[in-house]
Amino acid sequence: MTTGLFLLILLLVAAIAPFLRKYLKHQAGWIYALWPFAGFLYYLSLLPVIQQGEILIESYEWIPVLGLSFTFYVDGLSVLFSLLVLGIGTFILVYAGYYMRPYPMKGRFLGYLLLFMTAMQGIVVSGNLITMFVFWELTSISSYLLIGYYHEKPEARASALQALLITGFGGLALLGGFVLLAIPYDSYELTTLLSDGDVIKNHYLYIPALILILIGAFTKSAQFPFHFWLPGAMTAPSPVSAYLHSATMVKAGVFLLARLNPVLGGTEVWSYSLTIVGVTTMFVGAWLSVTQVDLKRILAYTTVSALGTLVLLIGTGTEYAINAAIVFLLVHALYKGTLFMMAGNIEKKTGTRDIRYLGGLFKYMPFAAIIMILALVSMAGVPPMLGFLGKELIYEASVAAPKAHLFILTLGFLTNVILVFLSLRLAIDIFWGKEPVYDKKPQEPSLSLILGPFLMVLASFVLGLLPSAMAGPLTSKAITAISPLHDAIILKLWHGFNIVLALSVLTLLSGYLVFRYRHQLLPAIDRFNIRYFRREFTRVFFSMIDAFLVFTKLKTRALQHGYHRFYLMTLFVVASVMVWVMIWRADPIILELNFSDMPINLIAVVVLIIAATLSAVVSNSRVVALICMGVIGFGITIIFIAYSGVDLAITMIMVETLMIILAMAVVYHLPKYQNFSSTGARMRDALVATLVGTFFMVLVLQAGTSTLDAPISAYYKEASYSLAFGRNIVNVILVDFRALDTLGEITVISIAALGIYAMIKLTKKTN
Amino acid sequence: MESIILQIAARHLRPLLIVLSLVVLYRGHNEPGGGFIGGLMFGAAYILYAMAFGVAKTQESTFFNPINLTALGLLIAVVSGLPALLLGDSFMTGAWYTFFKQTAFELKLGTPLIFDVGVYFAVAGMLMLVMFSIMEE
Repeated sequence: MTTGLFLLILLLVAAIAPFLRKYLKHQAGWIYALWPFAGFLYYLSLLPVIQQGEILIESYEWIPVLGLSFTFYVDGLSVLFSLLVLGIGTFILVYAGYYMRPYPMKGRFLGYLLLFMTAMQGIVVSGNLITMFVFWELTSISSYLLIGYYHEKPEARASALQALLITGFGGLALLGGFVLLAIPYDSYELTTLLSDGDVIKNHYLYIPALILILIGAFTKSAQFPFHFWLPGAMTAPSPVSAYLHSATMVKAGVFLLARLNPVLGGTEVWSYSLTIVGVTTMFVGAWLSVTQVDLKRILAYTTVSALGTLVLLIGTGTEYAINAAIVFLLVHALYKGTLFMMAGNIEKKTGTRDIRYLGGLFKYMPFAAIIMILALVSMAGVPPMLGFLGKELIYEASVAAPKAHLFILTLGFLTNVILVFLSLRLAIDIFWGKEPVYDKKPQEPSLSLILGPFLMVLASFVLGLLPSAMAGPLTSKAITAISPLHDAIILKLWHGFNIVLALSVLTLLSGYLVFRYRHQLLPAIDRFNIRYFRREFTRVFFSMIDAFLVFTKLKTRALQHGYHRFYLMTLFVVASVMVWVMIWRADPIILELNFSDMPINLIAVVVLIIAATLSAVVSNSRVVALICMGVIGFGITIIFIAYSGVDLAITMIMVETLMIILAMAVVYHLPKYQNFSSTGARMRDALVATLVGTFFMVLVLQAGTSTLDAPISAYYKEASYSLAFGRNIVNVILVDFRALDTLGEITVISIAALGIYAMIKLTKKTN
Repeated sequence: MESIILQIAARHLRPLLIVLSLVVLYRGHNEPGGGFIGGLMFGAAYILYAMAFGVAKTQESTFFNPINLTALGLLIAVVSGLPALLLGDSFMTGAWYTFFKQTAFELKLGTPLIFDVGVYFAVAGMLMLVMFSIMEE
């Protein structure tokens, strides 16, 4: 009950947020943050229950016919993620409420943020694949709205579109993967899936389902080679970067992998693909961050790197790796959210986030500086911050990795060296480095801007100091949820003198050395990157989009050529060929033509029809051809009357008369009849006409002999008077049994008539 | 193109055709006829008139215009489905009421008849709309 209700109210808050903004003034952020904070407290209060291994499940029917329901599944992993989503979300709302003050449409911005929060919270408590997919797509959409918030800027729109296309593409793949995954289980429910992972692993759909789901997870979590949308998304306002693109949304892919690890994980394919992609992303992300100068882009690339690390750890799958993944996830969310918010603060107070034009800020904002430096210390993995613990576990996991541990260890080591270097560089260059000329004196950020970072750094500090008491309860059940076979390791700050500690010390030392000689190293790296990473992925992406557009234009031109006669020809040929094939395969064609009981006067009518047809074809005058068509129509009307189809006959007379009048009115405006078409074209048209004509004839003749289903006419005959009180069956069907169809039809013809009216009136006006 | 014969005929035939179209509409439930055919006849009456006197004169002589007639028809058709909703049935279910029960004038009327009236007006309106715009050229 509670989880579903909480989400529903959160969605409501999101919906009314834009409208209430003007009444709440600048307090809006604080007030909107109340409900997420209540949720945070609720999930915190669930911790003792979850600790006992309990799992809370709620289910609401959605589309019972299709077996779809909204199911919520709350276990240790969900609670950990919920605490991150709602806890950080609370701070972000307070922060954004203040941060966005100078910008227009603040209320809408807060509404988007709340919408995103609903979606993200929905993902982490989903207990049904389809439920999860719905929320998953909602995060992509709200992320699009948030990235493109400064929509007057072309680069913001381009980044938003890029993120939407990539995550949307991934979402589509994910849906395919979910459908395939559900086939062997015949259920979308998580409980069913988690109860037995071997069902899918031994099924031939395992590989396709896995590939599609991995595409979904990798695009969302910005894994190589899809990583480039994340740095692009940095055009978004800072609260968005801090929330979506560091702490929550990009973790959705990681969450999905963690969630499905018991079902899909443990195979060779799984561990190889995750390890390779994760390791590559981890290193490439870190490497590309080195030469960036935009503070937010630096952070974005290190986020890519961290996401790679998480994927790598889940792929490794050992006890240490899973422990490391969960602890590092917590570590990263806490420090990266802080750093992004601080980046926003610095930009706000100095007007730039280019680190070449930042320096000497410590004396202007000492309190903010200390917070940011502590977060950087956590990023560098220095005790006593929680980051140290995370890094230690990652090293331990790498050392103990079952495959290629030397390779993973080397790249992991290099990545961490880069992180240490970046931490040193950001801390020292920004807060003590050479001071540029600021437009106005930078000041300490106000309480709303600093509260979130402060509390998050504090959490990082406390959790790092007292790991087993504080971090243990948060993480232990999340770990067993990912991998039921493994236990949570008791977290400690001090692990004794071992190889891991040696690696840590070596990392710090190397990081310092890189920092010391950065003026020599950075230009070289820059040259290297320009030489080998010259073609940015973003540009490759957009040229792919352009190529696709060219393709669709060609296709449209080929299929939508605008020649009415060719549309008709296509329609006729396709329809008749398909029905020909159907008739051919269904029954042997029996053409029983028996004219013996046909009265002589009808034979005369038929002869008249044939004569009219022939003269219509050979006539050189449109009027003559039309009159011949009229003769055909009235001839058929006589046949209808002869076989007592009075209804049809009356309709036919009306339609024929009006058609001829209409055609005459049109012909009146046409230029003189001339012969333009070549003999070849005429032969082709004759062929098509013959094909269609014989097709109709055979169809009508066959309809008399073959019955596909029990005819429904008996039912209508019976029900027409007893249910609908009418003896004219045709009319009863039209106005009663199938009245909705008729309503649709008269709507269509009315719209068509309006279209013709508009077309004629408008062309008249322009002439 | 002015033709005295056509003009005289059209002037007298128009009201007759309209009455006939109403008869066809009403009897459609039990015998050949109905809203579609009736609507075509109603439209044909005006088209005949327009052929004799021209579109502009025809439109002067009518108190409605074809667009409104079409819209009215659609509106009536949709509204005729609503009573069923009030009675708890699904949209467009026929609802019937018998007037003058057990007398010689027993008369059953129901929403399908109203629906048919909607069809009648919509068909007539769209026919006049198309024909008038083409003939006006």
